[in-house]
Amino acid sequence: MLHTFNQLKACLLSAALLGISSQSFAEEGVRSTINMPVGVTPISQEVFGLHMLIFWICVAIGVVVFGVMFYSMIVHRKSNGAKASNFHDSTVLEVAWTIIPFAILIAMAIPATSSLIKIYDTGDADVDIVITGYQWYWGYEYLDQGVSYFSRLSTPQEQIYNQAPKGENYLVEVDEPLIIPTNKKVRFLVTANDVIHSWWVPELAVKRDAIPGYINESWTYIEEPGTYRGVCAELCGKDHGFMPIVVKAVPEADYVAWIGERRQQAEKIAAMAKQTFTLEDLLAKGQDVYNKACLACHGVNGEGGVGKAITGSPIATGDAAAHIDIVVNGSRNNAAMAAYKDTLSEVDIAAVLTFQRNALGNSVGDLIQPIDILKFKQAN
Amino acid sequence: MKKFIQDNSVGMLSAKFGAVAVLMFCFALFVMPPLYDLFCDITGLNGKTAGAFAGDVSAIGIDKSRTVRIQFMATNNENMPWEFEPLTRTINVHPGEPTVIKYRVYNTTANDMVAQAVPSLVPFKAANYFHKTECFCFNQQPLAAGESAELGLSFIVDIDVPKQVKTITLSYTLFDITQQIKPVKNTQKAWQSTFVGQVASQ
Amino acid sequence: MAHGPANGITRWLYTTNHKDIGSMYLWFSFAMFFLGGAFALMIRAELFEPGLQIIAPEFFNQMTTMHGLIMVFGAVMPAFVGLANWMIPMMIGAPDMALPRMNNWSFWILPFAFAMMVSTMFMEGGGPNFGWTFYAPLSTTYAPPSVTFFIFAVHIMGASSIMGAINIVATILNMRAPGMTLMKMPLFVWTWLITAYLLIAVMPVLAGVVTMMLMDIHFGTSFFDAAGGGDPVLFQHVFWFFGHPEVYIMILPAFGIVSAIIPTFARKPLFGYSSMVYATASIAFLSFIVWAHHMFTVGMPLAGELFFMYATMLIAVPTGVKVFNWVTTMFRGAMTFETPMLFSIAFVILFTIGGFSGLMLAIAPADFQYHDTYFVVAHFHYVLVPGAIFSITAAVYYWLPKWCGNMYNETMGKVQFWMAFVGLNLTFFPMHFVGLAGMQRRVPDYNPFFADFNMISSCGAFLFGAAQVILLYNVISTIVGGKKATDEVWENPEGLEWTVASPAPYHTFSIPPDVK
Repeated sequence: MLHTFNQLKACLLSAALLGISSQSFAEEGVRSTINMPVGVTPISQEVFGLHMLIFWICVAIGVVVFGVMFYSMIVHRKSNGAKASNFHDSTVLEVAWTIIPFAILIAMAIPATSSLIKIYDTGDADVDIVITGYQWYWGYEYLDQGVSYFSRLSTPQEQIYNQAPKGENYLVEVDEPLIIPTNKKVRFLVTANDVIHSWWVPELAVKRDAIPGYINESWTYIEEPGTYRGVCAELCGKDHGFMPIVVKAVPEADYVAWIGERRQQAEKIAAMAKQTFTLEDLLAKGQDVYNKACLACHGVNGEGGVGKAITGSPIATGDAAAHIDIVVNGSRNNAAMAAYKDTLSEVDIAAVLTFQRNALGNSVGDLIQPIDILKFKQAN
Repeated sequence: MKKFIQDNSVGMLSAKFGAVAVLMFCFALFVMPPLYDLFCDITGLNGKTAGAFAGDVSAIGIDKSRTVRIQFMATNNENMPWEFEPLTRTINVHPGEPTVIKYRVYNTTANDMVAQAVPSLVPFKAANYFHKTECFCFNQQPLAAGESAELGLSFIVDIDVPKQVKTITLSYTLFDITQQIKPVKNTQKAWQSTFVGQVASQ
Repeated sequence: MAHGPANGITRWLYTTNHKDIGSMYLWFSFAMFFLGGAFALMIRAELFEPGLQIIAPEFFNQMTTMHGLIMVFGAVMPAFVGLANWMIPMMIGAPDMALPRMNNWSFWILPFAFAMMVSTMFMEGGGPNFGWTFYAPLSTTYAPPSVTFFIFAVHIMGASSIMGAINIVATILNMRAPGMTLMKMPLFVWTWLITAYLLIAVMPVLAGVVTMMLMDIHFGTSFFDAAGGGDPVLFQHVFWFFGHPEVYIMILPAFGIVSAIIPTFARKPLFGYSSMVYATASIAFLSFIVWAHHMFTVGMPLAGELFFMYATMLIAVPTGVKVFNWVTTMFRGAMTFETPMLFSIAFVILFTIGGFSGLMLAIAPADFQYHDTYFVVAHFHYVLVPGAIFSITAAVYYWLPKWCGNMYNETMGKVQFWMAFVGLNLTFFPMHFVGLAGMQRRVPDYNPFFADFNMISSCGAFLFGAAQVILLYNVISTIVGGKKATDEVWENPEGLEWTVASPAPYHTFSIPPDVK
């Protein structure tokens, strides 16, 4: 029986050790299923080294302690005829096993302290990003750049509810990743909007709690371009398991181009948000656009012709989003209904839509503003 | 008749331990929160900045030899529909130089509301060197429906701010406290601070 | 004088007898252990495969929360109090507990507390779903309405623990037989004395923190709400000021149990008795200055982070002393491996493994990677399941013959041990791997990358659960019948409890015994 005990223990230990040592020979870039990722930043590599150092120290202590224990369990057993001795004190031993662990601890504390000091040095950052935790998604804002957006889980519900096969990045994929430049010090300012969240990307060795009302800071410096995935690490309610993080590190030139594009978009939205039209303006402008772009197929009074009738049409009198969609993207069923996203401006589309909904015999009563079209375009 | 070892009467002993339990309860409820606040003030923990700066501003002097970059952030807490943004996003100041910046708030709703801005500052080690002489966060901010306002913040970065601190980020989170504004809250604060006073005087 | 117990239900309702109350505590804890275990198996069933299959995320969160609360406050703590009730008077030669009526009270309010807590799951919005650590504001502003009942339940169980602890301290300090000096007390009594001090010091802090929650929710204060000048992080500081000593409350009595069992089956006195006492006291002291190591990622100043890291690492020293002492006790003994000994040896090994991962977690920079992952789940289950559950099981097997006068079935005991041992390692060892590889805690679903180890964990959990059914059967069949146990039960065990008859008479030591 004791043998079983031993064998099992040995199996468990050797499985653990073998697994981890074989890991160190694993090819680079392959994610380990049993160990911490080495990561892609100087800090994450240091943390990995620290982790392995403590691990091996623990293994060494374990071998000594369990070694003595198993030796006595095998040799000093009554069934082997062992006679119990009666010693129960030894000052030398007790002092020794107080002092030796203490010394080992000091040896561990020194590298740990130096790593911690580095992690806390958030100064001199090139890029500052505000990360805000929401129930249950993340918001990113590039400070001083005027760029901000939300990042949500993009795994389809069918995969979660087992109606479709799960993809490789099941639950760790988002609609809009966080884009950061490589070889730059990026500082994260972490806060939350409702409850406490925690922003964690293992390959960056960054984990910081996002606390409502307060900000926390952390930083990273990625050398290799790539996509690194993480999760929310603090229980934040129902969908805590469904608010992943994706960080895409790109070369600086790509980053600059990307942020320029995002900033233009943002500025465009801001400009257009200021541009609001009255119903009269939109109807007048809409009539012009209709005559140029729609009349040929849909008729002078929206009665139809080559195309369907606008008057009383379920699309033109129904949900605005569907109406915007068919004009912006064209019909999916009928190639004759073209996409107008590139040929008409946002203002033109807004005007013609408002016209179609509130003239030609229709009277839905809603106004569609240019900003609605722009937001629709950017969302799709 | 042999006797059990008896150090105390059982009644006395249990009364003593009962009293310890009650004391620990009071400690948790009345002493730990103010103690924590005090601790935050001293260490800058959580980036809590102290209240209005009480010292003499003119006595600080200006260190023209270096500048510190100050970044301003604005965050809305959940369900806070106001528009809230700093009018100055980044500013470089010399330590000791009095500076004024403004935030803009706009109540986009059709209701009169009251807001409270909560400050937070990183790096924590700079918290004690960032002196606010005047700040909208010292008061609650009522705004009528559709009203907007510019809120001022005057501050000085202490001349003794550590050399490593080159950037200070100051964040304000805006909370909707319209529902909580009733007198209860003030009583609570007053009651807490009374207790701090008592503890301090003991 | 030596009249027996009353008959019928009133015996249990009105009893002031330490043995009756001890038995009730133990049965209550056993029932809660099965309830908490059932919740754990729900969790493991959902995690058997990636995807949402069995329970919805809202309910999953209630399961993790209730599993934690019930295991900590309903299973482990009452079990230790039950053992203390049964054993401390018999170990120190006292006729009963010092405050027998309060003893009755402190037990009987427990079922009400747990009935209230479990009933929240049937209320609108469900039961507590914010984790057993119930961090604000998830547990205040964002909590389901039933949180008020949860708060009252915590108050009641806290009151029960404090009364129990006062009783134990009063008994130990006041009721020892002549000659039973403090340094002659068995280690189980010592560790319980220190545990009781911890309970009296920190259970009121728990009461304080839930009171603050109550006031924030219902009376408009803002202890934890930044909008009113409060701070959610304050909650964590107060909670862990209670929470870390609480962890030791669940492990110190286990040290005492193992220190009683290993010498008996090694047939050799415990090595380093006085260093064991001092180590226990140092661990208890250190538990008050390490609480923030649960909050390394919360954003503390560097100095605070370093202080809590160093203080936490220091705990390894007294804990190491204890492990070395147990191993040296076994060294050059004459060992046999009955069920209590098997559980105790497993305790030493697995608790040490849990200690190693604890040491790794103490290193703040590495903790940034471990924090709130399955690595932490693996760590605290490695200390608490072998630590608390195995030691309680060992204690039950060790003292059961004394309690009911019959020997338990040794074969069944060994089968249970091996099932529990294999089940435990299958369940919790793979959690180290998935945690390191990046799986966070408290999630109902995960990437298929973690699927294999989660499946192994789930299988292990059901094996572990099955082992406990054997324990239940073995205990009942031992109480009902079985081979008669001798008064000594084991070969030359040390301690006053073995000098009385088996089963132990209803009243023991009405006249104080002589202690050499």
